[in-house]
Amino acid sequence: MIVIANILVVLLISIGVIFTVVAVIGVLRLPDVYTRSHAATKSTTFGVLCTLSGVFLYFWLIEGDFNIKLLLGIVFLFITAPIGGHIMGRAAYISGVKPSELTVKDELEEVVKQAKKDRTSQKMKSDED
Amino acid sequence: MMTFIWIGLMLVVLSILGLLLRIFWGPSIPDRVIALDAFGVTLISAIALLSVLFGTGFFMEVILLIAVMSFIGTVAFSKFIEKGEIIERDRNS
Repeated sequence: MIVIANILVVLLISIGVIFTVVAVIGVLRLPDVYTRSHAATKSTTFGVLCTLSGVFLYFWLIEGDFNIKLLLGIVFLFITAPIGGHIMGRAAYISGVKPSELTVKDELEEVVKQAKKDRTSQKMKSDED
Repeated sequence: MMTFIWIGLMLVVLSILGLLLRIFWGPSIPDRVIALDAFGVTLISAIALLSVLFGTGFFMEVILLIAVMSFIGTVAFSKFIEKGEIIERDRNS
């Protein structure tokens, strides 16, 4: 039994550490903000989820301590980390960070331009009122 | 087992150093904020490995606090970059 627990813990923690290292290599090497946020949010989240699950199994199966706070941390990270990445990418696009030259298609450009035009015309109208 | 955890902790700390490099270099501000977000998440896994090394469950509050603080920091930074203010008072704009 303890052998299976050890194997599970080592497997989960090694997957988590490998994904964290790969995510950091992506953050250092990819060309612009959007690809970097892709590396930094997705694979870092998966890596830390695997590491925390391994630590949870270690405390539960080997030390005999069912730690509910660790489960709460896992669920909270799983909900919030993609939200942070999404909202940061949106802020980067609206604040005008250019995508790299390798980008093939930018479908958001016209929508954002139209929305900015609408907002300025609305503001002028409300100023006249 | 403990040797394995030490090696994993070393790799995680090295990746934290890599994220620090991106925070220093980052050409634009959103780059730095994204690296800071990933920094918090990676710090969480480092603390989890440390709690295995020390054999206590008392670091779990630290994990929860860092998760909440890093998320709120990311959201506040992104609202500031996007609109120039964090708490909007005018709900119609």
